[in-house]
Amino acid sequence: MSGPDFSYLEKRLGVSRRTFLKFCTGVAATMGLPTSAAYAMAEAVATKRKKPVVIWLHGQECTGPSESLLRSEHPTLDRLILEMISLEYHQTLDAGAGHDVEHHKDVMIEQNKGEYLLVVEGSVPVAQDGIFCKIGNKTMLEHTTAAAEHAAAIIAFGSCASWGGVQSAAPNPTQAVGAQAVLPGKTVVNIPGCPPNPYNFLATVMHFLTFGSLPALDTQNRPKFAYGRLIHENCERRPHFDAGRFAETFGDEGHRLGWCLYKLGCKGPETYANCPAVEFNDIGGGTWPIGVGHPCFGCVEQGVGFTKPLFSLAEVKTHTPPNAFPTIDQREESPTATAATAGVIGAAVGAAVGATAMAARKVHENDNASGSNQ
Amino acid sequence: MSHYQPVERKVVTVPFMVLGLIAMVGLYFLVQRFILGMGPVTNLNGGYAWGIWVVYDIVVGTALACGGYALAITVYVLNKGKYHPLIRAAVTASLLGYALGGVGAFIDMGRWFQFYNILLPWNMNFNSVMLEVGLCVMTYILVLFIEFMPTVFERFGMKDWAQRLNKVLFLFIALGILLPTMHQSSLGSMLIAMGYKVHPLWQSLHLQPLLALLTALTMGFAIVIFEASFSTVGFGRNSETKLLSGLGKGIIGLVSAYLIFRFGEILLRGKFGLIFAGDLGSLMFIIETAMFIFPLAVLLSPKMREDGRMLLYAGVSLLFAGALYRFNAYLITMDPGPGYSYFPSFPELMVTVGLVAIEIMAYLVIVKKFPVLPKHAHA
Amino acid sequence: MNRRDFLKAAAGGAAVACSGGAQARDNLEPAPEAVGMLFDSTLCVGCKACVSMCKEVNGMPPTLIEGKEAWDWATDLSPQTLNVIKLYKDGEGNVKDQVKDGFAFEKRSCMHCVDPGCVSVCPVTALRRHPVTGIVTFHVDACIGCRTCTTGCPYNVPHFDYDDPFGQIYKCEMCNQEGVSRIDNGQITGCAEACPTGATLFGSRVALLEEAKRRMALKPGDTYNYPMGDVRKPGSYHEKATPVYEKHIWGEKEAGGTNVMHISAVPFDKLGMPPLPERSYASISEGVQHTLYSFMALPAVALIGLSYVVRKNLDASEGETDVSDDEGKEEEKS
Repeated sequence: MSGPDFSYLEKRLGVSRRTFLKFCTGVAATMGLPTSAAYAMAEAVATKRKKPVVIWLHGQECTGPSESLLRSEHPTLDRLILEMISLEYHQTLDAGAGHDVEHHKDVMIEQNKGEYLLVVEGSVPVAQDGIFCKIGNKTMLEHTTAAAEHAAAIIAFGSCASWGGVQSAAPNPTQAVGAQAVLPGKTVVNIPGCPPNPYNFLATVMHFLTFGSLPALDTQNRPKFAYGRLIHENCERRPHFDAGRFAETFGDEGHRLGWCLYKLGCKGPETYANCPAVEFNDIGGGTWPIGVGHPCFGCVEQGVGFTKPLFSLAEVKTHTPPNAFPTIDQREESPTATAATAGVIGAAVGAAVGATAMAARKVHENDNASGSNQ
Repeated sequence: MSHYQPVERKVVTVPFMVLGLIAMVGLYFLVQRFILGMGPVTNLNGGYAWGIWVVYDIVVGTALACGGYALAITVYVLNKGKYHPLIRAAVTASLLGYALGGVGAFIDMGRWFQFYNILLPWNMNFNSVMLEVGLCVMTYILVLFIEFMPTVFERFGMKDWAQRLNKVLFLFIALGILLPTMHQSSLGSMLIAMGYKVHPLWQSLHLQPLLALLTALTMGFAIVIFEASFSTVGFGRNSETKLLSGLGKGIIGLVSAYLIFRFGEILLRGKFGLIFAGDLGSLMFIIETAMFIFPLAVLLSPKMREDGRMLLYAGVSLLFAGALYRFNAYLITMDPGPGYSYFPSFPELMVTVGLVAIEIMAYLVIVKKFPVLPKHAHA
Repeated sequence: MNRRDFLKAAAGGAAVACSGGAQARDNLEPAPEAVGMLFDSTLCVGCKACVSMCKEVNGMPPTLIEGKEAWDWATDLSPQTLNVIKLYKDGEGNVKDQVKDGFAFEKRSCMHCVDPGCVSVCPVTALRRHPVTGIVTFHVDACIGCRTCTTGCPYNVPHFDYDDPFGQIYKCEMCNQEGVSRIDNGQITGCAEACPTGATLFGSRVALLEEAKRRMALKPGDTYNYPMGDVRKPGSYHEKATPVYEKHIWGEKEAGGTNVMHISAVPFDKLGMPPLPERSYASISEGVQHTLYSFMALPAVALIGLSYVVRKNLDASEGETDVSDDEGKEEEKS
């Protein structure tokens, strides 16, 4: 296998072939894909000359997802992303402003119908026809619907875009909703989180670029590789939960010893995300909320993050691992018959019956004999 | 001028040595039980706290040892002196059977080193059926021992001791009838507190003591038939069929009464359908009941009743029936809840088998060394 | 005495034995200041904090798998485990508190019966019901290890340590045994203290019963502030939507009631609770026993009667020697 021409890539990105393959392997691993997929990704990125156009919309939000993405990895990452795709419209990153960029966006959409990637960041207010969020004199609602019309794929990045986020918390005066809610009939890939993990986004985009399709999604259209399991299931503090060791208050002995934060309101048991596996900021050492001693607040989960009180107890959604609980009818020991024991009993009963039969015969003979004697 | 004499045969025979071998195996595991605890030897568990040691050695074993009790009622209460020749053998077997029960209770006792607690009045719980059984069985073993003493006195020619005992013997005989009545019925009462764990076909609540007593008596008479028949065969003695068939008539009444109460209770409490449920309970009930009805059918026919062979079959069937009634209630159909199971382990089983072997050996020694069996014209 | 008389007497005795009513007692009443616990299966999240705490308070070792100390692997009550959380699971088992394809947790520990079977059947009063708190306690000095308590317990709670040649019975004593005495010291049971959701709630039986009834009366879906720890002075509350409770408070009436009560959204037979009538087996058993052995009157009368009959019959047979004579003296010849 001769492989793709990396020299072009090395020149374009200023990264070595080795560093680049490492990156691709990491992304593939995030999705649980084999190394061969990493190679395919590398090939896709390295050889595809026509970069896909990306339109990035911002609604009601704090730009957290973009921030998260920007400072996610080694210094080359943002460059890679910006070079790898053709980011044609992004309000915070665009050098230009005003009607020019708006016009550029329209042109790009027109020129790349059915081929561009739409990323939505931030929620869409729908109250009073969406007047609470306007860009270029058009509402976010209009922007979203228009941009989605001809998009090859739509990704809602962050909790706001996924399901409304903090804006959608009661009383929600602007009636903020996620992208999917205003785009009925379209498949919107949700990558919630506040902020969302950049690798979940990168992996999804890579998957799309490499295979031309979206990764497997769950019922809420979240990539299964990232949102398939509860935080509780992979949490490094899980053994403490199972053993009943809880931090009771912040700073107490249990807290300092790294015990389970469930009693402090941790929402890990009802939040589906890969935070414990991927962590944040690539510095390792348990750098994620629970890892550093703060209960998960369920940012990715609609109805949990920004909805449930911070210190209220979570619903425990699972009881895995399933063999960690004895079932109702499980006992310490349940002996059964063995060949030896059954044999002894059979022999004992058989001896009694056999002896009886023999004795009976002799009694009969005796009786007959004594009968004839008389 | 005794009417009894020892069987003039060698004690150490091949069967005797085989029994000895079995006994050694049992004793080996018994030693293990006291060194390692009951866990490694038995299959007892949290649901089945009582295994074969309690259910065979005590519950079934003492019922099998009711020959002395049944004959004592016949001879001394109903005044049927003609059965007197059988009584010494019956008392001997009873003594050995109850001794087995006593030993069984002791080895099964988890805290045997504190067994004396049951004798301390301040510890006694008078609500407990177990207390009644414990004290009563202990006393009865003593009573049986005293009832056996005339045989010993005769053997060693201790005439004045025999006479002295004879003056008060009536009291011990009376006790020897009262005590089994008490604890044999209590062995049934013990099932009441086990409640739902006992299969509904065997959980007769208030009737438990009566049914246990009736079946104990049938087993008592049946074991007399069994022992007499085997003595006849084993020691080449004269047939006692005529005498035994008389006992058969008594059994008819007992088994009939038992069946009436048993089925009456099942019908009145609406449990009849359970007999045909097709599960383990119904199967065991049908087998058990068949074993009660077969002897009844045999004994009701005067012709078969006079036939020593059929009489023995009837007796053995009754022994199995009574034993099965107890095994079913206490173990086989007893269900302490989902997931529990019990089957005796090999060592556990061998301890019981070994103890029974010792019991039979002791019986053989006693009848060959002491005047227990009735004298006969020819041997 | 002829056979007819004997049978008559026997029938009379049997009638007394069967009637049982005369001397029968009712179920015992709860102790005046009975303490207990309320286990709400719908609140239990299966964290096993109670199992862990119980072992800590009672100084019990973890149950190991294949001798490896990685995890407490208690599967059922045992001499090392006085409290265990068990799982009901049906099919896929992914919806909590649902019978079909669902799952639910159930706590197994001593129920501290109001009319305890173990106390009734123990021959040596090694098991006692505390006269004030109603806690069922075990006294090793009296125990002979007969394990009648295990057979007499509807919940199979008392466990004998078979693996110890000098073993004993182990059962929950509500953390109030000598040396622990949490209740006497004004503390609550370990399991109730450790429970993070209030699924195990400590308190007086009366207050707990009230609390359970209050929960039964709630409309499913309404939020309710579940107290945690001690129902009399909850440490904190747990706000949660009311589940669809089974309208059944286990332990209100079963076999005379229990001090540890359970409520659940799954029927109790699924959770392994036994089929118990309201009448305690202990009361029936004691009724029969006291009918037969009240002040030993019946046995005493029987002994006098038997002695008389036996003596008469012995005399009649001129029994000079031992238990003698095979000369049949009456009726048909042999």
